[in-house]
Amino acid sequence: MDATYAILVELVPEIAGWSAWAIALVSAGLPALACFTFMSLGPIIYVYAERKISAFMQDRLGPMRVGPYGVLQTIADTIKLLFKEAIFPRGVDRKLFVIAPLLVNVGAFLPFVVIPWGARLQPADLNVGVFYVSAISAISTVGLIMAGWASNNKYALFGAMRSAAQIVSYEIPSLLIILVPVMIVGSLSLQDLTLAQNGGLHHWFLFRYFPIMPVAFVCFFVAGLAETNRAPFDIPEAESELVAGFHTEYSGFFFSLFFLAEYTEMFVVSAVVSVLFLGGYLAPLPALQQIGPLPMGWFWLWFKAWSLVFVMMWLRWTLPRSRVDQLMYIAWKVLLPIALGLVVTVGGLVLWPVTAGGFPWDRYVGWPLTLLLVGFLLVVMIRALLWNKRRAGELAYPAGASAAGQVAR
Amino acid sequence: MTQWLKDVWFGFYTVLVGMRITWRHLFTKPVTLQYPSVKWPLPPKSRMRLFMNYEDCIGCGQCVRACPVNCISLKTEKRPADAPPIWAATGQPIKLHVSVFDIDMSLCCYCNLCTYPCPTFCLYMTPDYEFATGNLTEHLYRFAKKDAKFLMEDPKKKAAPAEAPPAAPPNPPASPAGA
Repeated sequence: MDATYAILVELVPEIAGWSAWAIALVSAGLPALACFTFMSLGPIIYVYAERKISAFMQDRLGPMRVGPYGVLQTIADTIKLLFKEAIFPRGVDRKLFVIAPLLVNVGAFLPFVVIPWGARLQPADLNVGVFYVSAISAISTVGLIMAGWASNNKYALFGAMRSAAQIVSYEIPSLLIILVPVMIVGSLSLQDLTLAQNGGLHHWFLFRYFPIMPVAFVCFFVAGLAETNRAPFDIPEAESELVAGFHTEYSGFFFSLFFLAEYTEMFVVSAVVSVLFLGGYLAPLPALQQIGPLPMGWFWLWFKAWSLVFVMMWLRWTLPRSRVDQLMYIAWKVLLPIALGLVVTVGGLVLWPVTAGGFPWDRYVGWPLTLLLVGFLLVVMIRALLWNKRRAGELAYPAGASAAGQVAR
Repeated sequence: MTQWLKDVWFGFYTVLVGMRITWRHLFTKPVTLQYPSVKWPLPPKSRMRLFMNYEDCIGCGQCVRACPVNCISLKTEKRPADAPPIWAATGQPIKLHVSVFDIDMSLCCYCNLCTYPCPTFCLYMTPDYEFATGNLTEHLYRFAKKDAKFLMEDPKKKAAPAEAPPAAPPNPPASPAGA
């Protein structure tokens, strides 16, 4: 709010003369409006991207009919969902049934208060930023249980119970791993966490203490994935066993609210992972932080978060759904011990820094390994393209028919 | 402990293997063919809607006898003696007037048996398979025409050296316009 006020005063100096409530309204309302618009319109793009990515991964085309390449498909779907009748089955608890999706959305939207899009482009720089994010996003669990309970339906309740068990389990390793960057920086504020990684790609926490932080990154990402109820951890809405889990009884607008919350949570988790491990709004090269007069911070955070959202979609269309016991195994027997180990190790490293004065670990190991990793990713991507070129002849088309042989009407 | 590390690594590694596969397929050319605007090329002997070239039919009725589901109905009557002589494109003189030649495509089983006995190659399968209708009676195709333009002279006499070019089934014989 203060940062917004400063920016606003720079842009329109008259604002300083306004009455206190008007200033508060404008400087709090504008970021809120911006975030809300961004988050409400975001899922239109996410759903389209998800459908396209899933289609391409299965050698299909995805939506192609509504608009060029189907870009208007989700808009059509949104309109359809909003105009559909919201059905209230006879047995539901109407009050809770209505409040539940709203509560889920509260948990999904409120973390945006502290996500930093730039040095000053942040609705509020809370000094308990990361803590606030994990506390607020846990509210959506209450919403899910409420939805399952109010539906008065055994499958909905099963889904709600599973999601409660899952989110409670995965909160623990994710909170422990949050402690790792927090211990390095000594602050919970997302702004401080970001600025501690200033100076380019190799200063990101992902490449700090080389073998340790990548492990933390992967574990935190897995825990975040589980907290958003996404595949392969989507057992709360496992359609093959629970119909649709907690939103079995929902339809129309209220169903779309759950949808909105899911995609918003995906973005929030990705943004938090970017801030904690990938340098938040900082550019990979310091020169790219500002292009001409335009600060690019918002773009870099958006780009990093989007890349992670893409990885989430990629995982969803790669892996089968895990069983409940496997889910619990991963949380309690894999992530939790690793997280504890990481906390102890990094705590020790922060207390007794091995690199101080001695071997510059990050310069001689961290930076080359960063380059190696980026290079490896590039090689993998290029190899994928070559693989497709090599296989182009033997894939997909039966004998006698080829892509060139398609007949246009 | 060692087994646990192995298991964790195995789990992580197999996820990466799966991700590699889907990553490759991300750039593979989709196999989807957007049907109404793009179509598969049909195999040359595909059996679709029947067509009968009325000007070439001599009314022999062999197709009617060949049909296993009786979807062809044929009525013929003798042409009057003073009528001008007419020929099919393959050279057979047409002695019978075909007053009714109906094919009920809703009964047709697409066995193609009717087209083999046809002596003038006037009955054949076309590559058209999009003829769904809202009403079943619209699948009754009436091929008998009132204003048919028959060949008025013997095509064998006309082109003596080139012996009767029989029209290949997918290509309908050029309609004799100059009669």
